Amino acid sequence: MALARVQLPASAKRGEVIAVRIAIQHPMETGFRYDNMGKAIPKNVINSLRVRYNGTEIFRAEMGSGIAANPYLQFFTVAEASGQFDFEWVDDDGNRGMERARITVE
Amino acid sequence: MNTPVRRRFVARLAGLAAVALLPLRAARAQADPFAALLKQVTGGATVRPGRVKVDTPRLADNGHSVPLTVSVESPMTAADHVRNITLLSERNPRPLMATFYLGPKAGRAEVATRVRLNGTQRVLAVAQISDGSYWSGTAEVEVTESACLDMS
Repeated sequence: MALARVQLPASAKRGEVIAVRIAIQHPMETGFRYDNMGKAIPKNVINSLRVRYNGTEIFRAEMGSGIAANPYLQFFTVAEASGQFDFEWVDDDGNRGMERARITVE
Repeated sequence: MNTPVRRRFVARLAGLAAVALLPLRAARAQADPFAALLKQVTGGATVRPGRVKVDTPRLADNGHSVPLTVSVESPMTAADHVRNITLLSERNPRPLMATFYLGPKAGRAEVATRVRLNGTQRVLAVAQISDGSYWSGTAEVEVTESACLDMS
């Protein structure tokens, strides 16, 4: 489905607080807009995003139409061990998306 | 130089001004647009101002995408951390913009995103701490071109 970009440091020291950033390509339709034919465009936003770090949930967002198109989020986490970040999201139409990123912790 | 008559007149004038201002202040206290929403978010728990900081540009050219950073003063340990942060808008047709769930593993209680704002308004962030208490912070944003949410 949608394209997403994830940004986090490739490596970090154990216990270091790192910034994790994600931007997803999505129109985040509000449901208040009309197309050229005057027909209402139904609301379709990414309503939830879940981030897991080596299987444990570290961040979750529930969003509405108040979040801008192509939603961007930055949050922090403590680098505990080398491994994988899993990002999963779903929009109102039921489309799911996912992205992965790896980190090496010394 | 003050004669008793003039003194009495000045006192009465001051009293009149106070009476005139009284209902105004009461009306302002009642018209908090966030009150009903907050009740929905917190389930009626008291929300204290403080500990939460909302950072936005004072003036946003375009309401379609306004950068916003919310941070909470917290040690972020297993015993004392931020559970969640909710963003509320004063004038958007859907005032509940987003809720972020954090945990002790976050390390720092800070989330940055971009929001849509339907005109000049106040944005409120409410944070729930692990002990169950709620704290809030606001930011005033002037929006030149609003995100035309109701019609386009």
